[in-house]
Amino acid sequence: MPDTAITVTNLSKKYKIGHLQQRHDTLRDALADSIHNLGSQLRKPSTDKNETDVLWALRDVSFEVEHGEVLGVIGRNGAGKSTLLKVLSRITAPTSGRAVINGRVGSLLEVGTGFHPELSGRENIYLNGAILGMKREEIERKFDEIVAFSEIEKFLDTPVKRYSSGMYVRLAFAVAAHLEPEILLVDEVLAVGDAAFQKRCLGKMGDVARSGRTILFVSHNMVAIKNLCEKAIWLDFGKISAFGMSSDVVNNYLQSTTLGATMTERVWNDSSQAPGNDLVRLHKVCVRPDSGPPNGNISMRTPLILEFEYWNLIENSSIDIQYILITEEQTIAFESSSSFQSEWRGTLAPRGLIKSKCYIPGNLLNSGIHRIALRFYQDSKRIYELEDALIFEVFDTTERNGSWYGKFPGSIRPLLIWETEVHSKEIL
Amino acid sequence: MQEIRSYNKLTQTTHQTVIEPGNAWLLPEVKSTWHYRELLYFLVWRDIKIRYKQTALGVAWVILQPVASMLIFTIIFGLLLKVPSEGVPYTVFAFSGLLPWYYFSGSLTRASTSLVTSSNLITKVYFPRLTIPLSAILSNLFDFGISFLLLIGLMLIYRLPITASILFLPFFLLLAIITSLGFGLWFSALNVRYRDVNYIMPFIVQMWMYLTPVIYSSTLIPEQFRFLLALNPMTVVVEGFRWSLFGYASTLSPQAKPLIALGIFIMLAVLFTGARYFQKTERTFADII
Repeated sequence: MPDTAITVTNLSKKYKIGHLQQRHDTLRDALADSIHNLGSQLRKPSTDKNETDVLWALRDVSFEVEHGEVLGVIGRNGAGKSTLLKVLSRITAPTSGRAVINGRVGSLLEVGTGFHPELSGRENIYLNGAILGMKREEIERKFDEIVAFSEIEKFLDTPVKRYSSGMYVRLAFAVAAHLEPEILLVDEVLAVGDAAFQKRCLGKMGDVARSGRTILFVSHNMVAIKNLCEKAIWLDFGKISAFGMSSDVVNNYLQSTTLGATMTERVWNDSSQAPGNDLVRLHKVCVRPDSGPPNGNISMRTPLILEFEYWNLIENSSIDIQYILITEEQTIAFESSSSFQSEWRGTLAPRGLIKSKCYIPGNLLNSGIHRIALRFYQDSKRIYELEDALIFEVFDTTERNGSWYGKFPGSIRPLLIWETEVHSKEIL
Repeated sequence: MQEIRSYNKLTQTTHQTVIEPGNAWLLPEVKSTWHYRELLYFLVWRDIKIRYKQTALGVAWVILQPVASMLIFTIIFGLLLKVPSEGVPYTVFAFSGLLPWYYFSGSLTRASTSLVTSSNLITKVYFPRLTIPLSAILSNLFDFGISFLLLIGLMLIYRLPITASILFLPFFLLLAIITSLGFGLWFSALNVRYRDVNYIMPFIVQMWMYLTPVIYSSTLIPEQFRFLLALNPMTVVVEGFRWSLFGYASTLSPQAKPLIALGIFIMLAVLFTGARYFQKTERTFADII
């Protein structure tokens, strides 16, 4: 067997956007258009088709996947990930380039493709299996396993239209999970079902990945990509932006996507333009990793420094800055204040620039977007407040041995120490 | 044990897929459709299974439509207009024409919408697309079989002899399948791009029926124009059915052999061009459906 499972060379796929609007949905349009085109061709014969009407969903994509390798594909929506899978699954043809796949291919672009609501669970297992490319004998052999995995034994002969959506998804995934090609192309099928079910799906994916099969895995779940895949491709506007070890590619990708959406540093040099009032004006707010580059990624493990610089405009006033940290779920994770530092509390500050730093330890925050809201207090009276002073994202980049790659519940996610031991073998 | 054996079998096979722009040739396409014959079987089985689900009359619908048409045509053409029926009771005469006709029109209608109604499959899974219209046409054989039993019943009631020529019936059924597939491939592929096909189909099917000697005998047409009927492949099918059932033939008389040959040639030409058009456009189905 050749060494590479998948060899992709200069693969490109073009969609005509202009034609999406003036699609020849009716014969009349087609006729009118072809007459129109003929006319315009007669007038200016050699002009090329407008390049602006063209969208390159994939452009000159080349890469190789070895046998037994698990390759992740990441990128924002519309970057060409799904198109790549569709071309490799032979659902749609490329515009140019070539791909060679050595081995039996199975693709999973969604679960439950071809399920028919009128047919029973049993019948749908056979139908769906055949649609996914399984042989009848193969389905018969795995039938009991599929039923056991789906946990729908009792409803096997009920039409699936009577199923709850949970049962439906479980059955659909059970069939898909028992597809055993040499090369598996998977698209985000894991984004279905409730948390408990996703956990099992990812567990099954992990088993498949460890069984030595070649997998191309498209997902938005960076934790899953990092844990399941050795290598990853980052697609951006149809081109390969990065290709390498999955942890590096994921980090680069995360860094690029969060710029813009977040505000990790803000500076106002002109005190008359800065947020504030005639008692206090902001000069600078910033959040950064305690060590490493100031714009580096913030993961759950990263210790952080929050920096606040402001002008105190009232001579000899006791001034404090306080902030609250708001999580993605719009709950307050905690509140903290410069008055917590006993040396500063009650100090009468002169007019001038004041700098405060607050250290947030690593292994405390949960993953997701966090926002900082500021409040200034003077002599225990709130004098100014600013919502969304900073917005930053904490990434989940932990290695996980288990099968759960979703977000942990809770406003914070501290790393706590546990001690468990077998105390005695006696049962009293 | 079985698990291990089959896994070894999997890893040992060298199965190469090359993905390139451009079109595959017809022969590999037919080959891969054969390779996917189990899927074809499941799709046919599904079509038959779900066709009359959640209907009060169920499978009775298979018989109701041809029987109702037969009765109406018998009253209008047989009793009122007294259309000649070659010595066979008009009721049986009409039904023997309606049997292949309904097979053809039903197959054609189902085939032409088959790709569009399977768009969820086409955009999500690869398999030879030919399987879809083919399964629509083959599943319709179920309806045909039931109607055929009804026809045999009618012939027994009217004490018509069943002769050895009935052995040729499968051949004419095959011609009906070929004709349905040929036109079905054209219309189904056109329907992916031009939904006009949906609106045109009922009209085409209705006109076509009157242009085929289904409810009248081709002897009504003056001899010198009868070759025009042979341009319609369904004439060969319908007349062939009557010949193998009743042993009588008008266009199928020995001197009509060139006409039959012409009809079969047209069928094969439609099948070949249809398959070619289908296969040329199928790689864009997922993009435009």
